[in-house]
Amino acid sequence: MSLDRPVIEAKGLDLVFQTADGPVQALQDVNLTINRGDFVSFIGPSGCGKTTFLRCIAALEHPTSGVLTVNGMTPDEARKQRAYGYVFQAAGLYPWRTIAGNIRLPLEIMGFSRAEQEERTERVLELVELKGFGKKFPWQLSGGMQQRASIARALAFDADILLMDEPFGALDEIVRDRLNEEVLKLWARTGKTIGFVTHSIPEAVYLSTKIVVMSPRPGRITDVIDSPLPKERPLDIRDSREFIEIAHRVREGLRAGHHED
Amino acid sequence: MNRVLPVLTVLAGIVVIWYAAAIWMNSTWVFDQANRAGTPVSWAEVIPQTMTQDRPLLPPPHQVGAELWKGLFGQAITSKRSLVYHGYVTFKGTMMGFGLGILAGVLLAMAIVRFRVMDMSVMPWAIISQTIPIVALAPMIITLSSQMGLSGRDLPKAVIAAYLSFFPVLVSMVKGLRAPDQMQLDLLKTYGASEMATFLKLRLPASMPYFFASLKVAVAASLVGTIVGELPTGAIEGLGARMLIGSQFGEPLIMWAALFAAAILAGLLILVVGFVERLARKRMGVPA
Repeated sequence: MSLDRPVIEAKGLDLVFQTADGPVQALQDVNLTINRGDFVSFIGPSGCGKTTFLRCIAALEHPTSGVLTVNGMTPDEARKQRAYGYVFQAAGLYPWRTIAGNIRLPLEIMGFSRAEQEERTERVLELVELKGFGKKFPWQLSGGMQQRASIARALAFDADILLMDEPFGALDEIVRDRLNEEVLKLWARTGKTIGFVTHSIPEAVYLSTKIVVMSPRPGRITDVIDSPLPKERPLDIRDSREFIEIAHRVREGLRAGHHED
Repeated sequence: MNRVLPVLTVLAGIVVIWYAAAIWMNSTWVFDQANRAGTPVSWAEVIPQTMTQDRPLLPPPHQVGAELWKGLFGQAITSKRSLVYHGYVTFKGTMMGFGLGILAGVLLAMAIVRFRVMDMSVMPWAIISQTIPIVALAPMIITLSSQMGLSGRDLPKAVIAAYLSFFPVLVSMVKGLRAPDQMQLDLLKTYGASEMATFLKLRLPASMPYFFASLKVAVAASLVGTIVGELPTGAIEGLGARMLIGSQFGEPLIMWAALFAAAILAGLLILVVGFVERLARKRMGVPA
């Protein structure tokens, strides 16, 4: 598996939503290449199209024009090949299923055998450090644990790409720090390509190998930063010079986008 | 005890009001009798006489209780005077109507949620159907079924009961099947789930709380429908027929006893439905 092979490629992507107040340009001329094993963060104010772009990759929205390929296929084809797991802002666990039952959900739908369902569920529960919680119901877990379970659910069917839409946005900062560390560990262990939407600058800089800064009206990319930070990142890397410099550049990019209003 | 006490307090209040009303309403007859005989009576003499009349305007609780006891336990349950027998006939009709109503309600709800055209065409009619008084409709359904050569009243009764009980199930199930939010639907889309899988894994389980909430209303509506179905002339079996006989032959005790038997039946049915609901909730992991 060679690195630097494009997994996701967007060329001249446009998306216009038809709303009651007339057309809204959600994405304008988006060009981006994401390579295998990249950890890409999308950051920007609300309305900048970061979530919309992620949903386009997942074939939940369809671009009006431009070309978008995932593993060399259209997003719809890639979805049929189970190319990605998607983690939403809310954990969205089914309250009537246990944690293990929730993780089994995609496996049941995709027709894995009973034995393999069990085996995979055990494995991903361990991966997100929820071993032993399989028999609990979602309401018995804290918000952070629920979100970890939803990440496990997205990992269960071994998609190469993990798309996360503000997965920790609703959690407090302490829990968020812990989960950020865990996501990095997970990424190092599994070698997955991760697309991560956030509006926290430290989160984006801490996690990413590539930071995509976006701005609204129309939603577009204003800056793409390749992070020089090493792959190994302890939490206190956030006090280093390089970290602060990147964060500064991201902030500048965001401000530039806003000035054009 | 905390739950029983308020219920008992209300019950005691009702009994007191009931006795007062019985004395007031039944005293008219006692005063009339006394006037005719030319012997004035005092209230102290009137009150005992309001408690034991054969055909009181309003039978006091103990008389209704005694008649109810006699009807339930005073004879073989196969006797035509046994309220157990009539209660069973009504129960059977209620269950058939309930089953039919659930089936109709759930199937219609599935169609309405799935097909927009069904939503636009069927839903308004379902609502209109409930504005027609069932008392007007019941004799027509019974006549129609005998016209079609169906002997016996079981089926028309079940249809009348189902006519009332499908509606709460339909309304709740439409709401329940639409309960999953966009995010949950999107999640299944990312798995490439088929429409069938979306229905079985998401919409159906998500609708269950709504379904069970509607069952209590539906079972009570089904009982009312069955009793109404037993009212039109010609019926000889069932609590509805008992009530009609009581009122037509001027036997208020029979009528009131049948009324209370129906109330007891309704209470039992709702208890059973509530029990089933609790079992289902436990299985679906709802915190106790």
